[in-house]
Amino acid sequence: MALLEIENLTVEFDTVDGRFRALDGVSYSIDAGEVLAVVGESGSGKSVAMLAVMGLLANNGHLWADKLEFEGYDLLKLTTKQRRQIIGKDISMIFQEPIASLNPCFTVGAQIDETLKEHTSMGRGERKTRAIELLDSVGMPESKKALKKYPHQMSGGQCQRVMIAMAIACKPKLLIADEPTTALDVTIQKQILDLLLDLQHESGMGLIMITHDMAVVAETADRVIVQYKGKKMEEADVLSLFENPKNPYTRALLSALPENATGDRLPTVSDFHLGDGGAA
Amino acid sequence: MLRLILKKLGLLIPTFIGVTLVAFFSIRQLPGDPILLLAGERGVSPERYQELVERFGYDKSIWLQYLSYLGDLFQGNLGNSFVTKQPVLSEFLTLFPATVELSVCAIIFAVVIGLPAGIIAAVKRGKTLDHSVMTTALVGYSMPIFWWGPLLIILFSGFLGWTPVSGRISLMFWIEPVTGFMLIDTLLADEPGAFASAVSHLILPSIALGTIPLAVIARQTRSAMLEVLDEDYVRTARAKGLSNFRVVGVHALRNALIPVITIIGLQIGVLFAGAILTETIFSWPGIGKWMVDSIFRRDYPVVQGGLLLIAAIVMIVNLIVDLLYGLVNPKIRHTE
Amino acid sequence: MANVTQNSAPDTRFELIVNFWLHFRTNKGAVAALFFFLALVFIAVFAAFIAPHSPIEQYRDALLLPPAWTEGGNWSYVLGTDAVGRDILSRLIYGSQISLGIGVIVVSVALVVGVCLGLVAGTFRGWLETAIMRVMDIVLSFPSLLLALVLVAILGPSLLNAMIAIAIIQLPYYVRLTRASVISEMSREYVMAARVSGVGTVRLMFVTVLPNCMAPLIVQAALSFSTAILDAAALGFLGMGAQPPQPEWGTMLAEAREFILNAPWVMTFPGLAILTTVLAINLIGDGLRDALDPKLKRS
Repeated sequence: MALLEIENLTVEFDTVDGRFRALDGVSYSIDAGEVLAVVGESGSGKSVAMLAVMGLLANNGHLWADKLEFEGYDLLKLTTKQRRQIIGKDISMIFQEPIASLNPCFTVGAQIDETLKEHTSMGRGERKTRAIELLDSVGMPESKKALKKYPHQMSGGQCQRVMIAMAIACKPKLLIADEPTTALDVTIQKQILDLLLDLQHESGMGLIMITHDMAVVAETADRVIVQYKGKKMEEADVLSLFENPKNPYTRALLSALPENATGDRLPTVSDFHLGDGGAA
Repeated sequence: MLRLILKKLGLLIPTFIGVTLVAFFSIRQLPGDPILLLAGERGVSPERYQELVERFGYDKSIWLQYLSYLGDLFQGNLGNSFVTKQPVLSEFLTLFPATVELSVCAIIFAVVIGLPAGIIAAVKRGKTLDHSVMTTALVGYSMPIFWWGPLLIILFSGFLGWTPVSGRISLMFWIEPVTGFMLIDTLLADEPGAFASAVSHLILPSIALGTIPLAVIARQTRSAMLEVLDEDYVRTARAKGLSNFRVVGVHALRNALIPVITIIGLQIGVLFAGAILTETIFSWPGIGKWMVDSIFRRDYPVVQGGLLLIAAIVMIVNLIVDLLYGLVNPKIRHTE
Repeated sequence: MANVTQNSAPDTRFELIVNFWLHFRTNKGAVAALFFFLALVFIAVFAAFIAPHSPIEQYRDALLLPPAWTEGGNWSYVLGTDAVGRDILSRLIYGSQISLGIGVIVVSVALVVGVCLGLVAGTFRGWLETAIMRVMDIVLSFPSLLLALVLVAILGPSLLNAMIAIAIIQLPYYVRLTRASVISEMSREYVMAARVSGVGTVRLMFVTVLPNCMAPLIVQAALSFSTAILDAAALGFLGMGAQPPQPEWGTMLAEAREFILNAPWVMTFPGLAILTTVLAINLIGDGLRDALDPKLKRS
């Protein structure tokens, strides 16, 4: 049984100009211990599916699916309360802007503690020990001191480490990373990716990596899903995707990588005249 | 922290000197001869008049008079009331607790209703509840106190007969002023009946005075909450699987409170302006009524001293709000 | 509609107005309030034709008459009469002239003087700015109504003096607002360009910079229009504003205070007039703010 199974998921948003379809009948699944990358440019709906799984769609969002199952639980049928017991514990998520994603009014320690308090029965002292342990495991220097710090006193990379610590606090079975390195310095990006992969190997959790960066895909993923304008273009394991891309959009994405540049300028996706009907 | 306080206090000094200039020179422009006013109906002989002119220093140049006024001020001497002959400062201190008691009750009323109303409106954004809360808030914001107060009297004292019309406590009771706060004094005197009477006297004036701050707080809370609810950290809190109550009431509200506390603090000046009207309507023996009466009686020292003391209090309260803002905002508190 | 961002080339004035109206129109409360306000202006202008009676004539045989639809009412005095037999409806109708007049005069005076001071402070900076802003700080350290009361006491109680006092207490808001937007506009490219091409300082202040600071000022003007009406009525209520027998709404309330429990209607209608007028203006102000301030636009 797959860890997470999505079948024919459609998401629409109400906007001033009417309904906007952000995700159009997308299906995919991930197994435990697998790293799945979802790639696409901004607006391709790659985060929307995950937000739908987490129940984090804004109020103006509507979703339908033939199947939305986590470990056999039908996420569509769960009450909000039941879903809250799963998210943050068995499925957790980290976001693109680490500094903005932490609450500026609470210390790092309090924010990690909150997750533990919500999903475990640990006592106060136990939770504190666990929080320090977590910060150590994400490579936070001076973890004990860091507990008392506020987000604005730390760098973006450190904040992302805190976010990761919070996400893995309850040993989740699935971690969703939504562009986890985009807002960080290039030198820090590699460290964070390595950290995520190390944690994934150690715990055997499933990891979904949402990104627009083919380099990140190459470095991390077992399997890749390419999305464009709310539709799935291609799904393949990472080697065959890079060696033999079937979809023109995938080819376009790959040729936009700097190492594939020919001539003076980088090709862009728009150089490849893509019709909307390019779906695989 | 201490350095910050001192720096801000330092900035207040020129403003405060300006305030003393306004208090001194504006009162000097009031029509009527202060000495004749002081003498009252009986009049005064020319010799006695001259003597009084010299005693009060009215024969000296205006700047010398101002300097001696400043000198007196620093010794805590604000002069004596023409009418009661009592020192202005001691009269002020006797009446001040009544105004504070009323203002505190009004602001509690405003916060207790305005804050939740603003939060609910923000959470139910665009829904009927949001529209009705915000429409009510705008009506409250547009409410003339000098009409709203009498309206409350007509309804609750006239038709329903639930509350008294004016004053701080029923004439049946005589409570020794210890703190000057009627609620505390009646409790100290151990007279439950008197305490109940004091409470019933406070209700209508507090509602009248608190309505505009309530509306302002509700509107500001809503807009602050709307801004905060869109923030990434609120999404993180939801992603942790926290209850809606905790997401909104802890994560969002804690951040939204930062601007709202400033707004509540800024209501102090508004509250004082409102206290002038409320105290007049409900015959509430506080600073506002005292100032209005003194203006009509041309009691110069009281108007001058009162103006100065009230301005000083407003300035200090604003300073405290400023510091409080730093205290509730970790970004300011922990800047290295 | 979305292309009116701050950095794009300015649209023609006509487009701006159309755009503004399209936004304003979506706010139903504000549009309704606008019509109410226009009706009020009409009433004020044609008061002499609309009012059934003179506002100051005392009908000695009709003292404290209740409204026409209640028992003992008389249809020639629709909203009843006050303690000296004056028709309340007629007084309210004439009172609209006074209240709207107060709003217009106070806002114009405070706006013109405040904008000039703010422009000077924001353009020249230095000691001039410090001096102006300090004086504004001093005005703001007093509770507004208290300062207005003392000012009127000095000048003598009258409607004109009340308006002067209220204009003074409103001044700081305009000065602060203008100064802040002038300072932020001064660092923009178009001001630099104007400077480089040799535009004189005065022309720069009034022609180049000022029009781009107008949006917040217009909103402030609407809000202070309603505050002016409220404050003037409060002064009238305390006996320091319009003097009897002028049919000013606040003064009418003051006269009605004695009868608050046995003739509540004398107090009800003038208050209702103040409330609805102020409410309408505040609604328009909110609508203006939403339509003019792109940052606050509702999604």
